[in-house]
Amino acid sequence: MIRGRVIKYGDDVDTDVIIPARYLKHGSDPKVLSEHAMEDLDPEFKEKVKERNIIVAGKNFGYGSSREQAPLALKYAGVKVILAESFARIFFRNAINIGLPLMEVKGVSKIVDDGDVMEVYLEEGRVRIPSKGAELSGTKLPEFLMEILKAGGLVPYLRRRLHAENSDNSG
Amino acid sequence: MSTAVEKILSRASGKEVTAGEIVEAEIDVFMIHDPMGALVEDALNEIGAEVIYPEKVVAIQDHFIPAKDIESAILSMRLRQFHRRYNFGAYYEVGKGGICHVILPEEGHVVPGDVVVGTDSHTPTSGALGAFAVGIGATEMAAAMALGKLWFKVPPTVLIRGEGRFKEYIHAKDLILKVISTIGTDGANYKVLEFDGPAIRQLEMDERFVLTNMSVEAGAKTGFISPDDVTMNYLSNRARRPPRPAYSDKGSFEEELQFDVSSLEPLVALPHSPANVKPASEIDEEIDQAFIGSCTGGRLNDLKAAVKILRGRKISERVRLIVIPGSRKGYREALKMGLIDSLLESGAAIGPPSCGPCLGAHLGVLGPGEVAISSSNRNFRGRMGHPDSKVYLASPSTVAASALVGRITDPREVVS
Repeated sequence: MIRGRVIKYGDDVDTDVIIPARYLKHGSDPKVLSEHAMEDLDPEFKEKVKERNIIVAGKNFGYGSSREQAPLALKYAGVKVILAESFARIFFRNAINIGLPLMEVKGVSKIVDDGDVMEVYLEEGRVRIPSKGAELSGTKLPEFLMEILKAGGLVPYLRRRLHAENSDNSG
Repeated sequence: MSTAVEKILSRASGKEVTAGEIVEAEIDVFMIHDPMGALVEDALNEIGAEVIYPEKVVAIQDHFIPAKDIESAILSMRLRQFHRRYNFGAYYEVGKGGICHVILPEEGHVVPGDVVVGTDSHTPTSGALGAFAVGIGATEMAAAMALGKLWFKVPPTVLIRGEGRFKEYIHAKDLILKVISTIGTDGANYKVLEFDGPAIRQLEMDERFVLTNMSVEAGAKTGFISPDDVTMNYLSNRARRPPRPAYSDKGSFEEELQFDVSSLEPLVALPHSPANVKPASEIDEEIDQAFIGSCTGGRLNDLKAAVKILRGRKISERVRLIVIPGSRKGYREALKMGLIDSLLESGAAIGPPSCGPCLGAHLGVLGPGEVAISSSNRNFRGRMGHPDSKVYLASPSTVAASALVGRITDPREVVS
């Protein structure tokens, strides 16, 4: 279970405001990415994320570029999970691949307010907002994507898988 | 009854598949470029795997080139070293290629029926050749290169049927802006947008690429146009492998939408969304910069359209017009045809084939409060520079007309 306070945004939060292209020349440098995450949309984000680590948003979160630096920037900044009405598909895959949990939860942006405390049960596909006595169901991830998340992302997942195959072969 | 994309994914995964299924498909083309190459190689090293089909990899220097500073020089070096380590099937050095989405089709790397992945969201461009082409992240690319295949959820297909005929000064850009504003920025999320109908069939390839490229601006997994004579003629002296064309069966679409292009006006997407669309004639805005370039506005056709408006005339004194051909080939053609000289005469600055200012990296970044009109594909906040700058998207004809007048202008107003 992930428990935390919410930073809330609207619809169509695009990759170019999550991490502007002017910082991509730094590759995937965690310091640069966490420093500049969301700065064009919300200059206060850097402060907010110190005490709140759940992002709640409207539809089409992560719209735009295939830059993996977008979910990386949020992860390095301290975001623990993103809940949205819907996600843009490349962002969705990238987030799982770099080990940043996220879940589509219909209605979440209507019920949850900025600063609310939430409890997120990823494997069960549900969230709770205790102060409002509300509970919502989200879209559970397919088993193999959940496995990737649990491993911490696609790199550790594959490293383990390929290593296991190799030891099988030698054994 | 299957869609073309279902047929392609069935072939690539070795079993009959339908929309909604999750499959592992063999990849025919892996495209990487300078901003992501280093991330891909790092992930590959961390996984502890090798690129199993280096001959299927196409590596292209296009984003931050020629290097604008030390960091971007390092990214370019990393891509170059990655290529040298594996001897990829193709590598395009600065000056010898151009924008990845212009190069992949132009150099014959993609043929109908291919499954193409690229570390860039506009990879669906190649779908105009009848391929299944999708953008992915760097880590996923590393995994795909290590395994030779990648998982996909088989998408349903929405048919965009173009009726009627394009009038003079109306482009594929006007149609796709109309489509995006009609269905919204997530209207095609997880789906394929397939384009067909008499209006689509009359378009040259240079225009068709704009439709599939910007499908992603409506959230689509990819855009697709089944091959016809125009496609086959285009491929005849380029294709590096034999085509495996796939066609959608009648009735296989999740939905069909009709657009009559005869009634299209020159359209403009206002800041900060490609779905925020109005006719050019209804917009009252002075501009500081006009950009003709990118993977939706830097092909030969686009330069021709610009010259058709600008030939023998000078651009407005308040405007910088930046023109960046999408590829070396297109640049040389344009030179031979006198297009570049004509643009220089009109007052344009010509840049080397690259992504240029489209993503705000260099060669024309906007300052605070500046306004640009651009033939590129995205106008998100801060996309082309300062977060308080504004980008309007339009066809090359509309961009050229606006450069001439100094404010956003319907191209039909400046031709007699």
